[in-house]
Amino acid sequence: MTGILEILRGSEGDPDYNNKGVIVQGMTGAYGSLHTRNMVSYGTNIVAGVTPNKGGQTFEGIPVYDTMQEAVEATGAAISAVFVPARFFKGAAIDALNAGIKLLVAIPEHVPVRDTMEVIRLAESKGAVVIGPNTPGVIIPQVTKIGIMPPMPFKAGNVAVISKSGTLLYEISDALTSAGFGQCITIGIGGDPINGTRLVDAFEMVKDTPGLEGLVIVGEIGGDAEEMLARRIMDTGFSRPAVAYIAGRAAPKEKRMGHAGAIVMGTYGSAESKVGMFAKANIPVATRPAEVPVLLAGKMKKSL
Amino acid sequence: MRLLEFQAKEIFREYGIAVPPGRASDTIEDARRDAQTLGYPFMIKFQAPVGGRGKAGGIQKCSNADELEIKYPQILNMAIKGERARAILLEKTAEIRKELYLSLFLNRSKRCYTVIASSEGGVEIESVKSQTIREVGLGNVPTEVAAEVATELGLRESAAEQFADMLARLSRLAVEKEVELAEINPLAILRDGTLVALDGKVITDDNANFRHPEMSKYREESEIEERAERSGFSLVELDGNTAVVGNGAGLVMSTLDMLSDSGGKPACFLDVGGGATTESVYEALSLISRMRGVTGILVNLYGGIVKTTTVASAFLKAYEDGIIDVPVFARLKGAESDQARIMLADSRTRLFNTVEEAIGAAVTGDGR
Repeated sequence: MTGILEILRGSEGDPDYNNKGVIVQGMTGAYGSLHTRNMVSYGTNIVAGVTPNKGGQTFEGIPVYDTMQEAVEATGAAISAVFVPARFFKGAAIDALNAGIKLLVAIPEHVPVRDTMEVIRLAESKGAVVIGPNTPGVIIPQVTKIGIMPPMPFKAGNVAVISKSGTLLYEISDALTSAGFGQCITIGIGGDPINGTRLVDAFEMVKDTPGLEGLVIVGEIGGDAEEMLARRIMDTGFSRPAVAYIAGRAAPKEKRMGHAGAIVMGTYGSAESKVGMFAKANIPVATRPAEVPVLLAGKMKKSL
Repeated sequence: MRLLEFQAKEIFREYGIAVPPGRASDTIEDARRDAQTLGYPFMIKFQAPVGGRGKAGGIQKCSNADELEIKYPQILNMAIKGERARAILLEKTAEIRKELYLSLFLNRSKRCYTVIASSEGGVEIESVKSQTIREVGLGNVPTEVAAEVATELGLRESAAEQFADMLARLSRLAVEKEVELAEINPLAILRDGTLVALDGKVITDDNANFRHPEMSKYREESEIEERAERSGFSLVELDGNTAVVGNGAGLVMSTLDMLSDSGGKPACFLDVGGGATTESVYEALSLISRMRGVTGILVNLYGGIVKTTTVASAFLKAYEDGIIDVPVFARLKGAESDQARIMLADSRTRLFNTVEEAIGAAVTGDGR
């Protein structure tokens, strides 16, 4: 796994340390243009946009290219944020990965699972990381934001948050920030059944972050990503304070709760199974988002 | 989309997977005609997207015309786990020698398709110890792998050949129809040695629906769900009395959990979605106004891309048009929430600082 912090921040001494270039695919669309502006105002270094047949134009002074090949050649960027409609995602992602992109943040919701799986295979063969689809993205507070999250909930600090849900990521980061727990990185992995970065991969990306003081895991019903992560945490002997939150305890079985991946089939994907595995890993599970900072403070033996 | 048994079997037939002769109907008149075509005896099978039909009495043998007159209406009017019958399948009884299990499913943690087979069929696969499991990438099962699976199940000669052939066909179906699950349980070996799919369960990827116009005839959505989808929000109808509205699937699920923990009963899960507009939220409120038994609305918003003022405008318009006549308990946070709170201050929406307080009031009926 390529180090995500290395890709996102670079190394101290790099001329572009903490200022890595990002290409936005679908920049001229309604969604892409809105979020390009938001990312630029957050301080993200957006160096190019790609929209087929719009090459040669500029958007907010940023050059637009027809293909990822051209955009990467012109800018040397290794990060791309994809804002194209779901049915064009596969094509856009292949274009990006073939052009040498190393971190692909896949925003669109409703991407067919088969397309996601094909893109993940290609990314694996090229040593690239895909985050998403159906993700709010990734943010290093006060450094860079690649995605659609609002800036208010996040503040620089030493807690890592990894989450399946977007709004719960905002809600819980907000609660953490209010309680004095800033974040070193937060990663939304997305609410789809198949994720380019699974919870366990997101954990591997953040677990060795220098200065990391705590880990917050935000899961939800569906699949067994949380169980797999709890097992990994036990196996690796990860010793930093970790707490979890699981949404969907009250959801009926066999109903898809908004996210394509949020569905319980029999006992597979149930909240009980996830909470049970976290208990085994000695990771307390909050019953409400507001309880997350309280449990974290308890684990850190700090008072709020 | 989860297909009903008879629909799954239609697709099985299309792919050359043997199924017993059968016909689906929803009136006794059609059933009488189908009975003549099929000939007695046959099974009467309740059709709904639900498991445990046999145990609940939704699958019964029918030996003659008199039994049909009694059992058909009885099964047609059944509800199993809250699900009514969508249709009734009449299906020829089979002379079973042995029951096996076979499925291909999307393995979420391994991110590939996986075959599960067992020599013990007809029961829930979770309860079966002897399982043969093979990861098969994007769902294409190579001939050698199909043959290996058959051998591991202890099948020989003709049975092994038929089984491997059936797995290959199921694999083609899974890939072409973009399924999350294609299951044959039980897969029966009949007295005469032929292999037949006695039951079928197929779940397809909704996000791939646009590539499968041929499957649209199987879509089943209530009018309310269909309108929700058109407006870009997700709605799941539940059987309580407090409608739960919010932005983001995780946040709405979380609100549902906290409401239930406090003894409340959710009437629906409604995620206004990332692209919510005043119009789409207004549409959401008008759908809620048409749901039966809703006595309150609980709103939990964390504004980001969706501004809380967008939602507040929709509520004001809904009050103006008189479509909300139940109390609303709201917690608004995030983008433009100060402004949204001012907008709603003089309305009948009761505003709370935390979702816990809003839930407390909604459950006790404070303000109703």
